[in-house]
Amino acid sequence: MEKSLNWREFIITRAIKASGYSAVVFVLLIFFFLLREGLPTLSEVETSSLLNIRWYPIENYFGILPLITGSIIITFGAALIAVPFGIGTAVYISEIAPRWMREILKPLVELLGGLPSVVLGFLGILVLSPYLRILLDLPTGLTAFTGSLLLGGIAVPTVVSVAEDALDSVPRAYREGAWALGATKWQTIWRVTLPAAKSGVLTAVMLGVGRAIGETMTVMMVTGNAPVMATKLGSLFSPVRTMTATIAAEMGEVANGSTHYHVLFFIGMVLFLISLIVNVIASSVVFRSKKRAERILS
Amino acid sequence: MKRILIIFLLFSFMLTSCGSADSSADIASDSPAQYIENKGSDTIVNLALAWAEAYQVDHPKVRISVTGGGSGTGIAALVNGTVDIANASRKIKDEETAEAQTNGVTPVEHIIARDAIAVIVNPNNPVNELTLQQISDIYSGKYTNWQDVGGEDRPIVKLSRETNSGTHVYFLETVLRLGEKENKTLFSMDTLLLPSSEGIISEVRQNPNAIGYDGLGYVPDDLKMIAIAKEAGGEYVLPSIATVNDKTYAIARDLYMYTNGDPTGIVKDYLDWILSEEAQQIVADLGFVPAK
Amino acid sequence: MTKFLSRNRHTVQRLGFSFITLMALATVLPIVGTIIYILVQGGSAISWEFITGFPHDGMRAGGILPAIIGTLYLTIGTAIFSVPLGIAAAIYLSEYAKDTQWTRLIRLAIINLAGIPSVVYGLFGLGLFVLFLQFGTSILAASLTLSIMTLPVIISTAEEALRSVPQAFRTVSISLGATRWQTIRKIVLKEALPGILTGVILGLERAAGETAPILFTGAAFFLPRLPQSPFDATMALPYHLFVISTQVPEMPIQIQYGTALVLLVFVLTMNLIATVIRSRARAKRQW
Repeated sequence: MEKSLNWREFIITRAIKASGYSAVVFVLLIFFFLLREGLPTLSEVETSSLLNIRWYPIENYFGILPLITGSIIITFGAALIAVPFGIGTAVYISEIAPRWMREILKPLVELLGGLPSVVLGFLGILVLSPYLRILLDLPTGLTAFTGSLLLGGIAVPTVVSVAEDALDSVPRAYREGAWALGATKWQTIWRVTLPAAKSGVLTAVMLGVGRAIGETMTVMMVTGNAPVMATKLGSLFSPVRTMTATIAAEMGEVANGSTHYHVLFFIGMVLFLISLIVNVIASSVVFRSKKRAERILS
Repeated sequence: MKRILIIFLLFSFMLTSCGSADSSADIASDSPAQYIENKGSDTIVNLALAWAEAYQVDHPKVRISVTGGGSGTGIAALVNGTVDIANASRKIKDEETAEAQTNGVTPVEHIIARDAIAVIVNPNNPVNELTLQQISDIYSGKYTNWQDVGGEDRPIVKLSRETNSGTHVYFLETVLRLGEKENKTLFSMDTLLLPSSEGIISEVRQNPNAIGYDGLGYVPDDLKMIAIAKEAGGEYVLPSIATVNDKTYAIARDLYMYTNGDPTGIVKDYLDWILSEEAQQIVADLGFVPAK
Repeated sequence: MTKFLSRNRHTVQRLGFSFITLMALATVLPIVGTIIYILVQGGSAISWEFITGFPHDGMRAGGILPAIIGTLYLTIGTAIFSVPLGIAAAIYLSEYAKDTQWTRLIRLAIINLAGIPSVVYGLFGLGLFVLFLQFGTSILAASLTLSIMTLPVIISTAEEALRSVPQAFRTVSISLGATRWQTIRKIVLKEALPGILTGVILGLERAAGETAPILFTGAAFFLPRLPQSPFDATMALPYHLFVISTQVPEMPIQIQYGTALVLLVFVLTMNLIATVIRSRARAKRQW
């Protein structure tokens, strides 16, 4: 009895240890695969051609710059919305709202995080884009801005969740000290609490931004997918094409092993690296949190 | 908690058995159902679906699954060996044929219907007719305002299918490049590439600035089609079964199904049926042009 | 300027609070509005036939059963692969791992997995499961892809839940002679179960609603019957919504909203269950 118990315990412990490392295995696996299928691009397509401004794969124009600028401008727009609304809502929930309101709002915001992106894209085509076209007198409602609005909505729950945790973990003493010195609640929030939670709030923003860069279905449905160089501010109100939408739209068609196939994996690799960099920066910002789970959850 | 789990499992089991009732008919019969995998052109997909449904009514032992994704997708799948029939709204390219042969696949072409590509604009747009050259200039970015072609002072919003669409490739070759092999005109970079035919329809329907193109079968009655003249001074022709057949409409094309080698067995039966009168009537009903 | 703000600080506060409150409302109201809008628009399409029937007439009529069942199968498939692995990894991180470079590496990997765009998972799934391992476009390939995507969520929540069990529980158990694994299995896991379950359900909810990972790995436009084996492709709710709202002409708007509603209900129910479990557990907690 003793012996078999020890033996079983040994096996299970080993299995658990192996599972622990599984995350690393998977990340490496994904990176390896993307690399394997994406690197041939560099030998099949000249770098100067990759940095071209025209993306038209069926005639061998593989300029990925328009796609990158498309992703950037959408993310920029989404951040413009998600950051103020996200932080504002987090401040509200954490510092201003009465207890009962907090209990209602937190699950509600979390609910938004669960809304499937395809549903938002669906509403985007049917409702938001015609509305914006008329409201802002644009040639078409399928623009980067429409995408940014929806993406902002998708990123907000992440920002709210993490930022709210960060604000929550600021020790009560900080606030009380400020109040004791005569500051109003408002002054305390902006001059004491928020700065104290700075690293956590920054993490929140970066995670939200990371979510926005990686979004696929919503942008594919509402941004028009025109591969233009989105470099002017006005480009925000024109159609753009993101890296993610390009992969989703074109992957089905490519013959296995063709140049186009490799280029799409190459773009996937670029996306992977971008999210890697964002995450490394976000996590190296020291943030001790009790509720780490909810942060990654949203 | 356990109760909730049990109720959930029971519910899903119920749903599954509802569906299985359909397939248990196969199990009850003496020979198993046979499958045909059909994939490819989004232009053809609804026609393919209508055919599949009609065929399965009389041939319940044959099950046909239909998927879209674009002509390129279908041909790629044929090359990879994952489908029986690839739907394509354009001819297979030389590179694709070469790729197929290295995989041991021999694509065989069958013309199953014909299609006109309609150029559509919003019903409120006063422009009724354009020449092929004008359409080419619009899409290549030469004309950017409706005034340039006799319309109102509005920006032209150009809609197109994605590059994986056979319709897109055909439009590129026949309209933008006017059918000339040497012509290298491209779509202007600010052309919107929408992932589906329906996306084009809905945008044109509600946006007075828009111009788009789609297979005739996709154009609903409430949108306006442009009458096209092959050359300046020529006759302006609207797309219809008649004008496709007498070749007066400029943008008409064949629709194809490709198989690996000559078809045999159930695939052959299906393809023969597709060229029958019953199936071709469905073609006409859906707004396409029968193959004969 | 600062002097002005300080002297009038109570007014500033009142204005500020109102502004922030407005912001919060502006964030939350669209959520509620969206859900209500879909409910209203799609409600009329819902019927017993809609939920249990197959699509007819080029999917313009009939029901969406195969999509519902498909999503169910995919969710179950994802659970099968990601839950045991995720919980085991969480147990490792919470109970066994020491704070070394390796452990920090694991945590970094988890954060990274969480941040990878869903379409990149789709690419990976295509490359590895569909093509390299030759599973083809199948429920198996799609579930595997979705489970790697869900793994970080499950690991993090499970680890949190395990960590929140007071150390005293473990110490007492060990002092009574139990082995580490016995302690974990009979005491820690049991106490952490509601938290773990919440995380699992929220993770699966995400997997159920995703389209990009299944686009190239398992989703089909139309199948004449329900999938019979894990190697079959399947229809799925998110992909179905995408297809009927963008690919099929003359699709009645009712059916589009109805499908969106069903997907929404599916996802929201999971969310609700998770929230209920979480608050129930918090109330019952003995520590």
